[in-house]
Amino acid sequence: MAAPKPESKFIELKPFTDEMVVNMGPQHPSTHGVLRLELKLDGEVVREAIPHIGYLHRCFEKHSENLSYPQIIPFTDRMDYIAAMNQNWGFCLAVEKLMAADEKKGFEVPERAEYLRVLICELNRIGSHLLSFGTYGMDIGAFTPFLYAFRDREKILLLFEKICGARLTYNYVRIGGVSRDMPPQFLDEVKEFIDYFEPKIDQYNSLLTDNEIFMERTTGVAVMDNAMAINYGITGPNLRGAGSQWDLRKDEPYSIYDRFDFDVAYGKEIPEIGAVLGDCWNRYKVRMDEMKESVRIIRQILEGDIPDGPIMAEMKAVRPPKGEIFFRSEAPRGELGFYIVSDGTPKPVRVRAKSPCFTALSALQELSRGLMVADIIAIIGSIDIVMGEVDR
Amino acid sequence: MLPVFQQFVQNPFPEFFAQAGSENLSQLVLEFLRSHVPFLATLPDPVLQLIAMLAVCVIFVAVVPLLPLFLVLAERKVSAHIQDRVGPMRVGPHGVLQTLADGVKLIFKEDHIPRQGDKILFIVAPYIIFACSFAVFAAIPFGKSILVSNLNIGIFYIMAISSVVVIGVIMAGWASNSKWSLLGALRSAAQIVSYEIPIGLSILAVVMLVESLKMQDIVMNQGGLGILSWIVFRTPFTFIAFFVFFISAIAEVNRTPFDLPEAESELVAGFHTEYSGMRFALFFIAEYANMFAVSAIAATLFLGGWKGIIPGYEFLGGTPGFVIKTMLLVFVMMWIRWTLPRLRVDQLMNLCWKYLIPISFFNILGIGIWVLIFQNDRNPAHIGISLLIIILGIIGAYLVLGKRSSQSPAPRASSA
Repeated sequence: MAAPKPESKFIELKPFTDEMVVNMGPQHPSTHGVLRLELKLDGEVVREAIPHIGYLHRCFEKHSENLSYPQIIPFTDRMDYIAAMNQNWGFCLAVEKLMAADEKKGFEVPERAEYLRVLICELNRIGSHLLSFGTYGMDIGAFTPFLYAFRDREKILLLFEKICGARLTYNYVRIGGVSRDMPPQFLDEVKEFIDYFEPKIDQYNSLLTDNEIFMERTTGVAVMDNAMAINYGITGPNLRGAGSQWDLRKDEPYSIYDRFDFDVAYGKEIPEIGAVLGDCWNRYKVRMDEMKESVRIIRQILEGDIPDGPIMAEMKAVRPPKGEIFFRSEAPRGELGFYIVSDGTPKPVRVRAKSPCFTALSALQELSRGLMVADIIAIIGSIDIVMGEVDR
Repeated sequence: MLPVFQQFVQNPFPEFFAQAGSENLSQLVLEFLRSHVPFLATLPDPVLQLIAMLAVCVIFVAVVPLLPLFLVLAERKVSAHIQDRVGPMRVGPHGVLQTLADGVKLIFKEDHIPRQGDKILFIVAPYIIFACSFAVFAAIPFGKSILVSNLNIGIFYIMAISSVVVIGVIMAGWASNSKWSLLGALRSAAQIVSYEIPIGLSILAVVMLVESLKMQDIVMNQGGLGILSWIVFRTPFTFIAFFVFFISAIAEVNRTPFDLPEAESELVAGFHTEYSGMRFALFFIAEYANMFAVSAIAATLFLGGWKGIIPGYEFLGGTPGFVIKTMLLVFVMMWIRWTLPRLRVDQLMNLCWKYLIPISFFNILGIGIWVLIFQNDRNPAHIGISLLIIILGIIGAYLVLGKRSSQSPAPRASSA
């Protein structure tokens, strides 16, 4: 008979009193919109963080069933309102592919429109990542990067205002092309912005990314390894931060992405600073690197010649053939998929949006277990959610 | 006149105010009244002294609250220019009256008290914090005689009074009946109590050199050689003590990177989440008064107080010089706040208990040895040795620690 284990009084003394349930949100400075988290706290340590969503639900999918295809595009603007161009494009790509199923109705999107789409969506990607960078700095406690990011994002918004008249909800990418051509000197202004912005990325890296306290707060925190990311269906910078080099622009090139030379930014293990694959720091760093890649793509557009020609394909009406389609594109926050069922009428039977933010948010509960309250903020910032897209 | 009363006026608390009246503001006012106001000079001496003391009170109460008013504007302007903005520009020329306008707005705001909160504690808490942070100013020497009271336990009194703030913070957090406030208050309590230790130990380093707790003595000890006689350069250990003090002081006044108690992105506003109107303004004013106070203490202890920079000249000496030194430290605090992110609560405690406190103990040992060897005789040769060690130490620390960077040397692999 084995001797009973000697009981240690000191190990069993856990000063655990009571769980404190705290509501974080829906109105909270750093839940990026209207996310509500139900935190079960033991002191500062989070036992459980349960996300409650739906505060920004606007029935996008149901609305879509009662609208014609072009009318749905403005609704996609309101999903991920930080990167509305990419949302427009994602939807238009899906509809175009659906129409291409029928040879009579299929059409080629004009070259010029494709270039314009890539140009504008990469600009929007920079804008989106800038906002993510700024708000992440603010979540960690540095206020200044936020205003720097907004200063630069403002320049992008001014460009958008010039090309389509809107600053946030653009409705610019249309089925078959884009809504209007560039104003004169637009490319010069883009070049001016790119020349101004490229050195800024390094400045921001030295200001925030390499900051000792920032690294202390984010490296090794909330590690989402590759397997976990894939199990949760996480895409975009969050997946690449875990080390995967999966980028639809590279792996399943749509539009004219195969014509450009760019690298896929992905997370790296850097032992000197304690960065682990899939930690908050790597997820954040991927976005900083991606901005550089977007700048590279835009430079190639500016250096090459944008072909002249129409900006809209010739077609009679947007009336896709009977059938269904799922098409995904690489939005700044991950893979944005649209599943559309058509019965041959001008209105879809069903539109389903696969939102990258929603899947990313689903990992929060597992990521946050056992961390501290401040880390929850760091996670929410690093997975970079936009509640408009989570709730739709 | 009763001798007891006379004694009380001259020396109200014999143990505490042993030296009161020798070189302080009330003495100054008294002399001014005697020589410049003939109709008052005929009054009996104790009455005149009473008037002088009341006058000092009025000056104190009127002038000190103006500091936060200015500091809030300064912070907004400094932050604005750091962030590529212009800051408040509408009220008054260049927005100089913005804080006044904000103050007026706060006065007219609804005074909201949480229904389920502890009403009495809720009301008392801001006053405790406000009173404590202003009482500190009583012992700060702004000039040779610009000092409310030259206490014989000056720096000790300051430490004691400024620690009482934490009671107000906990009261505010508890009485608000809000979980966020409570979390903020407990964070603040842990933080302030922890950082009292390195502050106390680095003050002790100075006290060991000067062998007096009196603020005026500490300043007097730093005269004669101008900038070289500042305690910060006197020994290599006080140089370290200065930084330990300054870092801990930032933590003590809850500013970034140690602003966990009111971490905006985590706890909304920390312990004063539920406060509104004038009660909130009291917290706000106290915060900025505290900031000025710790900077003033750092300037007094380490940077020569109101003594000038160049020996023999009164250049940048006296009260203006002292205020400039203090404002420079305040500016550094603002600069840090608008540059650095925030630490996590465990990292904050690590910094204090694993780094600052051992360093402070090491410092005290070093100061003891230094005083044994060099007797703190302020010999220029000894100060030269100290400066040499400081410079070598800075270079050595830079070479050893270097700079961590995420920019990995290996080139990025291209994905195919």
